[in-house]
Amino acid sequence: MLYFILRRIGMVIPTFIGVSLFAFALIHLIPGDPVTVMGGERGMTATERAELEAMLGLDKPIWVQYFQYIGNVLQGDLGTSYVSREPVMSEFLTLFPATIELTVCAAIFASVVGLTLGILAAVRRGGLLDHTVMTISLTGYSMPIFWWGLLLMLLFSVNLGWTPVSGRMDVIYWIDEVTGFMLIDTLLSDEEGAFTAAVQHLILPSIVLGTIPMAVIARMTRSSMLEVLGEDYIRTARAKGLSKRRIIVKHALRNALIPVITVMGLQVGLLLSGAILTETIFAWPGIGKWLVESISRRDYPVVQGGLLLIATIIILVNLLVDLMYGVVNPRVRHSK
Amino acid sequence: MTNDKKLLSVNNLSVTFGTGDNPFTAVDRISYDVDAGEVLGIVGESGSGKSVSSLALMGLIDFPGKVRADSLTFEHTNLIGLSENARRKITGDEIAMIFQDPMTSLNPSFTVGNQIMEAIEVHQGGSKKERRAKAIDLLQQVGIPAPESRIDSYPHQLSGGMSQRVMIAMAIACDPKLLIADEPTTALDVTIQAQIIELLLKLQREKNMGLILITHDLALVAEAADRVVVMYAGQIVETGPANEIFKAPRHPYTQALMNSLPESAEGHDRLKALPGVVPGALDRPQGCLLNPRCPYATDRCRVEEPGYYGPEGRQSKCFYPLDDNGRPTQ
Ligand SMILES: Nc1ncnc2c1ncn2[C@@H]1O[C@H](COP(=O)(O)OP(=O)(O)O)[C@@H](O)[C@H]1O
Ligand SMILES: [Mg+2]
Repeated sequence: MLYFILRRIGMVIPTFIGVSLFAFALIHLIPGDPVTVMGGERGMTATERAELEAMLGLDKPIWVQYFQYIGNVLQGDLGTSYVSREPVMSEFLTLFPATIELTVCAAIFASVVGLTLGILAAVRRGGLLDHTVMTISLTGYSMPIFWWGLLLMLLFSVNLGWTPVSGRMDVIYWIDEVTGFMLIDTLLSDEEGAFTAAVQHLILPSIVLGTIPMAVIARMTRSSMLEVLGEDYIRTARAKGLSKRRIIVKHALRNALIPVITVMGLQVGLLLSGAILTETIFAWPGIGKWLVESISRRDYPVVQGGLLLIATIIILVNLLVDLMYGVVNPRVRHSK
Repeated sequence: MTNDKKLLSVNNLSVTFGTGDNPFTAVDRISYDVDAGEVLGIVGESGSGKSVSSLALMGLIDFPGKVRADSLTFEHTNLIGLSENARRKITGDEIAMIFQDPMTSLNPSFTVGNQIMEAIEVHQGGSKKERRAKAIDLLQQVGIPAPESRIDSYPHQLSGGMSQRVMIAMAIACDPKLLIADEPTTALDVTIQAQIIELLLKLQREKNMGLILITHDLALVAEAADRVVVMYAGQIVETGPANEIFKAPRHPYTQALMNSLPESAEGHDRLKALPGVVPGALDRPQGCLLNPRCPYATDRCRVEEPGYYGPEGRQSKCFYPLDDNGRPTQ
């Protein structure tokens, strides 16, 4: 098991280098540069421009810039934003809880709904429920997030008025930032109704963000359950006279979950990238919105740093998933 | 007809698969009895319907399979009329079953102790401590060394022979009156096979269980069984006391099975005397199902289905049952 962990951690390093190179190259490849953006409508003189470039270190060859950047990153310095002059890391940490809150809620939605639908479809294989679930999951999977988000917003926020249109909180509340997680902070504050408002703000974005992973999880759970239900040990469990419920919940699910957990882990990357779009649609003040805005401002350090941090998180989550896999699957746990 | 020792009485059991106009009859109107404490051997080539008929006894045939019987009487209860819940109370408690491949028949995610204790929990209850003690005792009974530590093993840590012992422990956990063993040694090493059979027979005697021993190995049945049922293509072709059947088989199929035994056959082919295989769903012949393979088949065999001939308890489904010299009668 220890060897297994070490080997997985060893694989992180090349991934990390690749991501940093990619993030760096990508932002420098897109046309436009931060100095021009800073000049705004009025523009600037050539000397002003050269001064600014030297200050930002943009006058050096690009590969020098990269190695300087990597050197700083390895010392824990992600640089400062060209726009806000704040360290990238501290901006990231301020905004990250909002993204985590959204991602976690979306993940919970995707897992709970996806697993439930998948199990029900497998148990009622070939029935109406099965066909319905498969249709929902196929539709959900091919739904463009942007369109789906706007559709739900139009229906529930604009027409029905059940949920707020956008943002994370109503302006009428004043919430002290303790943890950065709105659900927790509203509970800690003594503003009445603030928690409910926070939940209402979360519902639509979570559903929108969670739809694709939900569809993937539902399909995977269904096929994995169907496979497991045909196994010999299920026949043994039935021969013991166990109830249907016990057979499904204990004997089948435990084994069916093993591949599903891997798939769930892969969805985390999808969730974080999906968060970028979702946050933009719902004006959710998190990492996604921050990154999108920084790209249009050509705020190099923010984009590079943000991508790097997100990649790191995805890598860590996948590592965690692999370890969890070992917990549910005794065969992995006991192998070298 | 009434017999106090009678444990199980199967009366015209049929199992069909598939819907529509032309369902496949995997088990065709079979009838047999098992007495308390008796070993009944069921033999037949693969595809004869041995497994399907025993799964039907356990209530484990799923849609689109369909089970029909005039009655399946177990200890004065007709299993056919029972609700799913009432059936489940008997399954695993009074009637238990072990399967062909022990390595895949145990759930890989739970310890063997967990899986044995579960059977006890469902049918007998008791505290966790009692159940664990009982499970250790059961592992001891089936000859697993160091049961106190083995109880916490996962199935992948056990050999095939050990896994089958665990399956047996699980099956006898609730002291069933009837144990069905479906080819319990087919998947095991030859060296282990005899040990497992010996264990089954020992437990059967000690607990006075009825045992249905399913196998395609006639030699095994000759040694172990009191009575024998020979199946072919979903039908019973011959029944009788084991020693009588082996002395003088009445059905050409039984004779062919015996001729293919290593000690009697000069050649090494399986069923040397009987070319071909058991007919499947699409190639069932008219008349006697054996006729395309039977050396003695006549025109009558090719059109008319034979009934059962012979005295009660010693019958064969053949128009021309073999005499004591192994020749067809006219
Ligand atoms: N679930 C099923 N659906 C359709 N046919 C089946 C099914 N199970 C078994 N059969 C068929 O029933 C016949 C008897 O099978 P089985 O009882 O397993 O034979 P045996 O155990 O004697 O080798 C075979 O022809 C097999 O293909
Ligand atoms: Mg079989």
